[in-house]
Amino acid sequence: MTITSTLGPDTAISAVGLTKAYGGRTVLDGIDLRVPEGTVFALLGPNGAGKTTAVEILSTLVPADAGSVRVAGHDVVREADRVRAAIGVTGQFSAVDDLLTAEENLLLMADLHHLARREGRRRAAELLRRFELTGFAAKPASTFSGGMRRKLDLAMTLVGDPRVIFLDEPTTGLDPRSRRTMWELIEGLVQEQGVTVFLTTQYLEEADHLADRIALLDGGRIVAEGTAEELKRRIPGGHLRLHFARPAELAAAAALFDYAGADAEALTLSIPGDNSVVTVKAVLDVLDNAAVRAESLTVHTPDLDDVFLTLTAEGAAR
Amino acid sequence: MSTVSYAVTDSLTMLRRNLRHAQRYPAMTFSVVLMPVMILLLFNYAYGDTLGAGIGGGDYIDYVTPGIVLMAATAGSLVTAVGVCVDMTEGIVNRFRTMAIARSAFLTGHVLGSVIQTVLGLLIVVAAAFAMGFRPDAGPLEWVAAAGLLLFVTFALTWLSAGIGLVAKTPESASNLPLPLQFLPFVGSAIVPPESMPTALRWFAEYQPFTPLIETLRGLLMGTAIGSSGIVSLAWCAALTAAGYLWARATFRRPAKR
Repeated sequence: MTITSTLGPDTAISAVGLTKAYGGRTVLDGIDLRVPEGTVFALLGPNGAGKTTAVEILSTLVPADAGSVRVAGHDVVREADRVRAAIGVTGQFSAVDDLLTAEENLLLMADLHHLARREGRRRAAELLRRFELTGFAAKPASTFSGGMRRKLDLAMTLVGDPRVIFLDEPTTGLDPRSRRTMWELIEGLVQEQGVTVFLTTQYLEEADHLADRIALLDGGRIVAEGTAEELKRRIPGGHLRLHFARPAELAAAAALFDYAGADAEALTLSIPGDNSVVTVKAVLDVLDNAAVRAESLTVHTPDLDDVFLTLTAEGAAR
Repeated sequence: MSTVSYAVTDSLTMLRRNLRHAQRYPAMTFSVVLMPVMILLLFNYAYGDTLGAGIGGGDYIDYVTPGIVLMAATAGSLVTAVGVCVDMTEGIVNRFRTMAIARSAFLTGHVLGSVIQTVLGLLIVVAAAFAMGFRPDAGPLEWVAAAGLLLFVTFALTWLSAGIGLVAKTPESASNLPLPLQFLPFVGSAIVPPESMPTALRWFAEYQPFTPLIETLRGLLMGTAIGSSGIVSLAWCAALTAAGYLWARATFRRPAKR
């Protein structure tokens, strides 16, 4: 996954030294980004980190104070309309027309993309089917649930066949089932049509699930960037967990390791470490030499939550 | 297609959207028509005899109708502010801004849609006046001139209203902010001649834009003297259109609000 994304031939989004302040408060403080074509990039960060501002600048909505941005091969300031023709944006706040029906919303987009009437109707019908909204085509959007509105919102974004799609917190406020549905739709887009997706999220699980690369945004700076695996490796939160059959064996094992944490109830011993094969073997050797018998062993890799909390805490301390 | 024809196509798309809104949510349009008709009923049947005698005889409905029609044009125009503001406070305008569509299309669509609705409303108000005994003595040429003037006023006030809708923070304030404008005809020559007012009010009535507009409309429809009111009216309309258009355009071009 890492290899294909870094070897991607063309860059869909690149930003250099992106800076933005609102009323003297720095929101983005010199951000560099590069997203290869056909990949999913997640900008992960807590509320107020500057995620939405980043999307607004990349999608031509607001100009940056400094720095340069190219999207789909065009400069977002000098060639804004060319960028706009190549992108689709689903913002954090629903951008559907409440007084129009689902189908009319899609046809409005088709008209604004200057599609021929027949082609517009075909696209609308196809998107309604793909997003399982066909049964609601003639219902006004105001009657839709949160999950349906998001789906319609994304469908509207797709009418113009965008090459680069921006999704600002696409699943915030959705129930788990709707979230899964959105994920499947987004994955389908990338796999079937090879589009580039730039998404922001505050959910680590979402970034882990969808993104090829993840950048962690905190306080207007990117504090870490890489694949989910790379980020997890940066955090020394990993440990080996040994399970024992009897308390005597647990006690014997606990005496062998300096920093181990014993859990008498569960009969487990947690040994911090980097989870490499060498470490695992060393631990087992120590047990062998002391003739202590462990029932089983699990390797715990830090999840993105550990990464997120550790790195954003560093940011807060700075 | 060229940039210009895209601007036209996109504006028509936005116009269709706004007309569909009006069709789905006609309450706004109705309330705009209802108020002038109520005022017409009130001033004709309740106060008509006294006011008619006060202004020196004649059917009072013939005196009051031009002013009320103008009031209806004002009320209709000002509804634009609410429509524009609702769009601005929801996500949809940001969607439009990230699409490769003519920048002017959003406002043009709102303004054209609003003008069409106002014209329909004016037809209803004029019809109601006829039913109450309004009998203008205008010939075809005067009717065309009167309609043209009303269209020009509506256009001017609608652009102004679009600007108000862009700066208003909420749809409620967009609805309340321009209310004073609707009362201007009352302190003009809509109900009674300014000469009958106290000095300070008379001075205000003579110099505010609605008085020459009402006088011109009344002159065209009823044959009273127009004098310089005609040219003053056109100047006001042109100035308001230019100011409203430039203000709205500049406000909309500014990046998204925070």
